[in-house]
Amino acid sequence: MITGLLAVARRDLLLARRRRIEALLPLGFFVVAAALFPIGVGPEPQTLRQIAPGVVWVCALLAAMLSVTQMFASDHQDGSLEQMLLASQPLVTLVGGKVLAHWLSTGLPLVLAAPLIGLLLGMPAPAIAMLALSLLLGTPVLSLLGAVGAALTLGLRSGAALVFLLVLPLLVPALIFGTGAVVALESGLAGTAQAHLSLLGALLILSLLGAPPAAAAALRISLD
Amino acid sequence: MTLRLTTFAAPSRFYAAAGAWLPWCWAVSLLAGAAGLVIGFAIAPTDFQQGDAYRIIFIHVPAAWMSMLLYLVMAFWATLGWLLNARMASMLARALAPTGALFTFLALWTGALWGKPTWGTWWVWDARLTSEFILLLMYGGYIALTEAIDDPRRAANAGALLALVGAVNVPIIYFSVRWWNTLHQGSSISMTAAPKMVATMLTAMLLMTICFWAYSFAVVLARARAIALAQESDTDWVKALALAPPRIEAGAAR
Repeated sequence: MITGLLAVARRDLLLARRRRIEALLPLGFFVVAAALFPIGVGPEPQTLRQIAPGVVWVCALLAAMLSVTQMFASDHQDGSLEQMLLASQPLVTLVGGKVLAHWLSTGLPLVLAAPLIGLLLGMPAPAIAMLALSLLLGTPVLSLLGAVGAALTLGLRSGAALVFLLVLPLLVPALIFGTGAVVALESGLAGTAQAHLSLLGALLILSLLGAPPAAAAALRISLD
Repeated sequence: MTLRLTTFAAPSRFYAAAGAWLPWCWAVSLLAGAAGLVIGFAIAPTDFQQGDAYRIIFIHVPAAWMSMLLYLVMAFWATLGWLLNARMASMLARALAPTGALFTFLALWTGALWGKPTWGTWWVWDARLTSEFILLLMYGGYIALTEAIDDPRRAANAGALLALVGAVNVPIIYFSVRWWNTLHQGSSISMTAAPKMVATMLTAMLLMTICFWAYSFAVVLARARAIALAQESDTDWVKALALAPPRIEAGAAR
């Protein structure tokens, strides 16, 4: 089972590495969107520091949703997705491999780029560390729930826009706990920050257990 | 003929039975609604603190109840239709979505109308308001997804999965939003601090709830009949219905 998961993940990562610019587009979107906020809101450091956790998290949510439709789209177009459905490996592990590859190629770069955005927005160092930590726990949730949305909207004309509408309401808890951890740390409540991180971790476990079977079921519905 | 629940799983029988029930649903809805509005807006006493503005709760509270209930009912029928491959259950789920979205919007809108004179603002990011708003977005997602897919079976099953995932997430969203709100701002406004209910107010509320239930039944049955006709348009019973001499059918005009 693990071998199937790793094989799919390795293949998707190889494909992503061969189209480097395409794979880095979500990261580019993330940086551009976050850089627009200081220009739109105004350069006052106090305001920027206050909105920074929310801005970084929301931009990460949007960047993840932007790229998640690509998880199954090209495999659907060339027919290899149908072969995966017929494979002897359980579909859940193949979905798991795709989610892992998506997280490694888009989620992890977002986590690594977040401290830079945090610096641009004038966040203090401990808050930046907490922001990166919360994103490290939170971005896999985005990839997991995004996979469900991507599988549901597979091959639809308006699929890319639909994913935002379908998945973003479900990601509200992740946004709340992720930004909550940073805000709590900034207001000197280390214990509350830890509680937020724990809840984010619980959310991650829950979606690790629930999302791959749901995405697999959605793929079977879409390719019926 | 023995009457079982599965009897109405056949769209043709559902169509006939729902057509017979429709006038009754409308009658109950109109009568209860008229009585409830009269009692609520004319007979019930004016509130000591909130004046007459409180009277909107006779619409607001039943609408909020319906908005949450209908999502669960929709998820139930959609899941049933998916797992048992029952067409009529899936059609019923699709028929429920717009009515649920309507009640969610109504609850938000009447809440804003009540909030302006009472709280002095149309909208606060209160936990309940926020989760109700997210519920509206989830109805929107369900409707958008089922409308975007052309194949009715795939649309129904994909919608079922989405509704199920949403139903699992509703409690998580509700509690996370509640916690978010209490952390960000002290809860200065409490919606639970309602005045003690007089018997007439309770009666009016109850009548409006019955009205909304009956309305939901009427509209959903009528919409499900239309969906059944559209999706089964190449079957014999629809053709027979279309070729039959026109007769005046109560409720069909709506």
